[in-house]
Amino acid sequence: MANRITLNMITQRSIEEGVAMEKGKTTPEYFEACSIIEMHDDDVRTLGLVPNQLVKVTSECGTVIVKVVKGRQSLYPGLAFIPQGVWANQIVPPRTQATGEPQYSGFPVTVEPANGERRKSALELVQGAVGMWRGDQ
Amino acid sequence: MPKKVENVGCPYCGVCCDDLVVTVSDDGKKILEVENACAIGNEIFHHATRGKRIQLPRLRQPDGTYKDISYDEAIDYAAKVLYNAKKPLIYGFGSTNCEGMAAAAKVAERAGAVLDNCASICHGSSFLAIFDNGYPSCTLGETKNRADVIVYWGANPAHAHPRHMSRYSIFPRGFFTGKGHKSRKIIVIDPRHTDTAQVADIYLQVKQGHDYDLFNAFRTALRGHEIPAEVAGIKREQILEVAEIMKKARFGTIFYGMGLCHSDGRNHNVDIAISMTRDLNDFTKWTIMAMRGHYNITGPGAVWSWQFGYPYCLDLTKKDIAYMNPGETSSIDLAMRDEVDAFINIGTDAGAHFPIEAVKHLRKHPWITIDPNICMASEISDLHIPVGIVGVEVPGIVYRMDNVPIQYRKVIDPPEGVLSDEEVFERIFKRLGELEAEEAAKGPAKAVPQGIRAEE
Repeated sequence: MANRITLNMITQRSIEEGVAMEKGKTTPEYFEACSIIEMHDDDVRTLGLVPNQLVKVTSECGTVIVKVVKGRQSLYPGLAFIPQGVWANQIVPPRTQATGEPQYSGFPVTVEPANGERRKSALELVQGAVGMWRGDQ
Repeated sequence: MPKKVENVGCPYCGVCCDDLVVTVSDDGKKILEVENACAIGNEIFHHATRGKRIQLPRLRQPDGTYKDISYDEAIDYAAKVLYNAKKPLIYGFGSTNCEGMAAAAKVAERAGAVLDNCASICHGSSFLAIFDNGYPSCTLGETKNRADVIVYWGANPAHAHPRHMSRYSIFPRGFFTGKGHKSRKIIVIDPRHTDTAQVADIYLQVKQGHDYDLFNAFRTALRGHEIPAEVAGIKREQILEVAEIMKKARFGTIFYGMGLCHSDGRNHNVDIAISMTRDLNDFTKWTIMAMRGHYNITGPGAVWSWQFGYPYCLDLTKKDIAYMNPGETSSIDLAMRDEVDAFINIGTDAGAHFPIEAVKHLRKHPWITIDPNICMASEISDLHIPVGIVGVEVPGIVYRMDNVPIQYRKVIDPPEGVLSDEEVFERIFKRLGELEAEEAAKGPAKAVPQGIRAEE
């Protein structure tokens, strides 16, 4: 067991994210669809995680707390997936290789158990980042 | 009697399904049922009339709350922000019609703005590769009617384009493909064993970020040269097997997605995919197509190329001279270098879909959101202007992912008093003209807009 591991992160669409996004980004559905991470079973075991445990994911430019779920679509060991959306974009590096496109897929992250920390809502993350979060209204 | 509207276009993804049947209540105010749509399209229609909609523009107050204002006040505010900014950025357009895009382009030219669309963070890499290397493509109808080998590379239509496989690629029986999926070979290449991979005849689990290597191996094999025992995690035998299937196809189409555009290599991944398609045409007929995301994200490329000669990352700060240089004039790069001093988010949600670092930079300046719904962008804006939902409440022309234009219709009226994107931009354009005339009449001093942050 390790306290933290380094994985290769990809962030892309999931249909759950698509449906929830159209329903509204402040809905519980969007929260549950997007504030998750999928990893290979070997990596989950390496970290000694139990299903639905929260983890802290850190990239070169940010940190986000998400929930470990077992996805339908399998990854190989070393690869991790967060659906595109507010949580993924807390850690997506804005570097573009001079094309305009951020590094949405294929950037290193460290994953570790999130001790005592909680998942934040979409509004808290985005408004918080720009100094507009005023607590749960 | 509830009314059934047939042949409705779906305002979700680039597949632009145009066979929806929408049932509307007697009074024409509520959407009761949506047939034929995927889960996401279904949600878009129902969402329109399910709950309370924003019907008036909202202006941010000094205490951080929003206050309802009139459209006239909102148009005036937006025009003054654009007028006062040195280099405003107008970005989005994934979810609006071509009429709205053309009107926004007029505004951008008059205001001296940078005009960019969601391709900038999506298939922009494809544009770069297509400029360099051409685009041996086809329409989705040709794929349906002719293709017997389909490749999905770095694309997951089961999640992102839910009806693509049933309408055009794998399952439909076309003119020369009467046996449907029974006579088609499906090859899926992706680092994840996706739900799309579940329906593949052959699945290649390419190592993430190594697509270029694998394309190179295919090209080498197709030319009859030796390749290593393993490339990008794929065994030589499998590469040779797939190369042989591709060579023996009657007609093939490669559909590729964000797996190529968002990973290391970006446009170079697409570039070599196009080269491989060209190589395959030495043997048989092959085509390639970008899996464009939103229903009309192909639209701004078509409209602005016609208006200005460039599809995206359009720098119009010199007004009558259009300039494009992705990496310099692309939204994310402009934001990260702090080169823009006002931001209009239209028909997209940069608040949710830009890397948060870029959002932080853009938010230092006035931010206006034009969108039917509450989204992350609207919740951090200085001004939110609600508009009708294209394809549901507003008709218009959209371009499908294969560049085929389709006339979308509306099934209900927008909420009372709510304008369309096109009307909002036409009115901003008119107001900008008035501001220019006022300034010309009184000399060099600049107009100051009402509201907080407007003095910036």
